[in-house]
Amino acid sequence: MKKEEVPQDKSNLASANIREMVYAVDKDGKYTTSLSTGWDPKTIALDNAIKVIEERIAIAKEKVLKGETSPIEYYMELHKMDIPVLASYVGLWQWRVKRHFKPPVFKKLKEKTLQKYADVFEISLSELKHINV
Amino acid sequence: MSKEPKINFTHNQSAHCENGVVSNLMRHQGFEISEPMVFGIGSGLLFSYLPFLKVNYAPVFTYRSMPGFIFNKFAKRVGVKMKKEKFKNPAAAKARLDENLAKNNPVGLQVGVYNLVYFPDEYRFHFNAHNMVVYGKQDDRYLISDPVMEEVTSLSSKELEKVRFAKGAFAPQGHMYYPTEFPKELELKKAITKGIKQTSRDMTAPVPIVGVKAMRWVAKNIRKWPRKLGPKKANHYLGQLVRMQEEIGTGGGGFRYIYAAFLQEASEVLQNEKLLELSKEMTSIGDAWRDFAVDASRIYKNRNTKSGGYEDVAIQLEEIADREEVFFKTLKKAV
Repeated sequence: MKKEEVPQDKSNLASANIREMVYAVDKDGKYTTSLSTGWDPKTIALDNAIKVIEERIAIAKEKVLKGETSPIEYYMELHKMDIPVLASYVGLWQWRVKRHFKPPVFKKLKEKTLQKYADVFEISLSELKHINV
Repeated sequence: MSKEPKINFTHNQSAHCENGVVSNLMRHQGFEISEPMVFGIGSGLLFSYLPFLKVNYAPVFTYRSMPGFIFNKFAKRVGVKMKKEKFKNPAAAKARLDENLAKNNPVGLQVGVYNLVYFPDEYRFHFNAHNMVVYGKQDDRYLISDPVMEEVTSLSSKELEKVRFAKGAFAPQGHMYYPTEFPKELELKKAITKGIKQTSRDMTAPVPIVGVKAMRWVAKNIRKWPRKLGPKKANHYLGQLVRMQEEIGTGGGGFRYIYAAFLQEASEVLQNEKLLELSKEMTSIGDAWRDFAVDASRIYKNRNTKSGGYEDVAIQLEEIADREEVFFKTLKKAV
């Protein structure tokens, strides 16, 4: 990539005042660094990834409202987590976390266990029990 | 002991965090060493495909070696001793950090990105192999030199503890590191040759999950994705591939440009003209990766369901694999 070809497209980096460094060659063929505000092909990729997460959150919310899953799954998606990551944060086996997604199991959970989840998601126990619609 | 240590530390922005931290810590100790040099000597360049491992609900693709690998290999090859510590207890981790700052010793930290407050929200994923330098403390705020940021920044004790004790894959466990012993002069020539040999070997290894073989495997799977997974998931997978290639920290073109910069610098150190020529070829391969990203992004932008698009990018990827195979076989013989 030539230095004058370093893309300066609009991206979400601007929201945090970040420009990223890329490597490019100058007129004499020497390597140098240059700052880029963003590049469309990867902005599209990132936007798509975010859209997938938003869809997952929406689906989880619907499932909670229909009584098909517990709020834990909804908050997990909200925090861009999956089961291995959540299990690691709460310090439980993955199969136990998965079991806590079942509404009848969730209803019988001890306060101590619920508190673990609430701490990870940084919410109160009542927020954990009743998701904000 | 001064209560508010602030070490005179020069922050240099870099493309990639791990090289950047090593390069900045070395410069602080008086060794002028560039980011591409750290990357090349540490054999940072790679391609790997782990379809059985999922991150963000898509398979793992990587254009670089494992976190921590560059840093360990670099130190070993130039003859620098590093102190590395992990902690179970956050309080102990904090105490050891404070102790080092009080001794005017800036340290490298491995952290998770999800709770890194100065990153844009969109970039905050559960990725635990980010690196930064802490060089001081003021009013209960730690002074941070994050290599991918243009300027230095700071984090509160609470915020720093959170990122040091992030959970999930590659959990940092408070991982802290810094160089302790240095040779009189860095053994660059030998180190460069070793770095190049290993990268050439790994990229052409007869294993399906690394190097050019892995690229060919991805190409083969790209053709299957639309039918097997449906366009939505296929696009998500393709997007993940492009993101790993171009996201912050790669320097563009899946680290190929940083590697080309390394070869250019290495050709001067070793007085080797062949490396200069190979640097140009690597730049051109980097450009081919960029073209691949452009074409792949067209597919998921238009939500193109025609499989023709996938076929085209698969062919592109195979062509890149062929070029890299020739490239690394030639490079191996050039040093």
